[in-house]
Amino acid sequence: MRSDLFLLVCLIVGGAVFAAAAALGNEYYFFAGYVVLQYVVLSTAWNILGGYCGYVNFGSAAFFALGAYSTVALHRLYPLPIPLLLFVGGVVSGVVGLGMGYLTLRLRGAFFAIATLALAVVLETLIVNWDYVGGSRGAYIVRPEAIAPFGNYIKYLFLIMMLLAIGAITVARVIERSRLGYGFATIRDDEMAAEASGVPTLRLKLIATTMSGALMGMAGAPFPYYIGYLQPSSAFGLDYAINSIAMPLIGGTTSWVGPLIGAILLGSLQQLATVTISSAVNLLIVGLLLVGFVIVAPNGIIGLVHKYLQRKPDDFVGRRRVGTDAPERAAGPAP
Amino acid sequence: MTQLLEIDNLGKRFVGFVALDNISLAVTAGERVGLIGPNGSGKSTLVNCICGTLRNDTGSVRFDGHVLDGSTAHQRTRRGLARTFQLPRPFTSLSLLDNMRVPLIYTVAARGTHRSRHDIEARCTELLREVGLEAKAQRLPRDLTQVEMRKLELARAMAAEPKLLIADESMAGLTHSEIEEIIALLVRLNERGVTIILIEHIMRAVMSFSQRLVVLVSGRKIADGRPDAVMRDPEVERAYLG
Repeated sequence: MRSDLFLLVCLIVGGAVFAAAAALGNEYYFFAGYVVLQYVVLSTAWNILGGYCGYVNFGSAAFFALGAYSTVALHRLYPLPIPLLLFVGGVVSGVVGLGMGYLTLRLRGAFFAIATLALAVVLETLIVNWDYVGGSRGAYIVRPEAIAPFGNYIKYLFLIMMLLAIGAITVARVIERSRLGYGFATIRDDEMAAEASGVPTLRLKLIATTMSGALMGMAGAPFPYYIGYLQPSSAFGLDYAINSIAMPLIGGTTSWVGPLIGAILLGSLQQLATVTISSAVNLLIVGLLLVGFVIVAPNGIIGLVHKYLQRKPDDFVGRRRVGTDAPERAAGPAP
Repeated sequence: MTQLLEIDNLGKRFVGFVALDNISLAVTAGERVGLIGPNGSGKSTLVNCICGTLRNDTGSVRFDGHVLDGSTAHQRTRRGLARTFQLPRPFTSLSLLDNMRVPLIYTVAARGTHRSRHDIEARCTELLREVGLEAKAQRLPRDLTQVEMRKLELARAMAAEPKLLIADESMAGLTHSEIEEIIALLVRLNERGVTIILIEHIMRAVMSFSQRLVVLVSGRKIADGRPDAVMRDPEVERAYLG
């Protein structure tokens, strides 16, 4: 399918979801849906670096929080429209992503993962000690009750996150089919061979960290308006880091579909558990599912589907990267 | 005759171990050079320094009129320097066809040769046909045997359309007929104007292929000349053949 056609289909599906949520007449669906969509963006963003290039980022929360705190900082100056805040959050996190990439991409495997985790800790410490954005006390953002023509403000936020999610998925899909996508795959497989084939690995890795970081920052930018009260411990929460990794791994890291499926599945499950059992069960669910998938389906749901389809020899669907062992190797030591 | 590759006083040491000790070597365009030496004599280190995988400590490498020192491996590949790895390093998650595609879209395209997607795929298939892997174009490298893996490695280096191809032990573990096959392939490539440096342990292959033989022992070049003359050299006999 061509990319513009794909985008159109996504927009139609997104519109249908929005209409369905509106038809149900309960605002809670917008509240819950927002979180799920936010995870679609986060896991798609994580997958650009983690799934395509094989670099496991444990610092997703930091990029998300940077986006959120950019909004807080700007809000104190002047309340800007959210699309503009999205842009600013994206730029800030993108730049930090580029910087992180430059400093850490010489590390591989577990060492890279530890460095990204360290980045998150450093940034959290900075924010905690920055009084302007509330420091450890946190910051309040009073969002307007309503906004024309959407009515309730939460509908507006939901719509923005929906568009961002569609944008992120489209970008991921375009990358996969492009020259860049092949370059990323060679980095994941063997960087030395990639260089020998003419792939500028450092530049490509920097592109990946920047794009991934920017998308995460954009996902975080509207968050203060959603939550109303932002404190460092919630913005830098472990849930974001863990979920951004778990969702693509459970869905499958080799294609844009994986993070989407993983985020919708796990995100909805968590929302369901929050209202029916307790919010503390969330991470338990993630942990158990992750363990289960690592044992039963190390290539995620996509891997399972491919495996099933490949049993019928005529039904060759995999254009490429069929059932790879990328996530396992990505976490392992350098070859 | 123009010199395609000029290595001048190249030195490389790993902490205290001298891997390459002031190597100087010139290769003329269109030549077929064999590089031999016992295990650990520095052959692969030399290749890695020429191709930018490792940085040489002293000396310099000139290729096709450009000084390569300081440039990265991918820049050298784009200049026309291709190599195979001693242990094949295929892109494991890409099909054989896509393994061929990478050098085409990253190296050949970077030189300004524009091809349509269709032409690229046709070229990939053609390359695989040349090494007899066409039937497995859609398979993953893990489905290949060791021999096929070496052919894939060679085909991927050829896909970069190099001026100089360095084949690092492409024939280890192959049968006689397979060796003949690869030699024939390399000779064909050479006839099309590609300069080739062959690193090999199998003497029969090296002797039949090379127009010139270079011998490395303990990081030093001890002989360089016509294969029959080099093999009669007493120093080579003593150091290399024992």
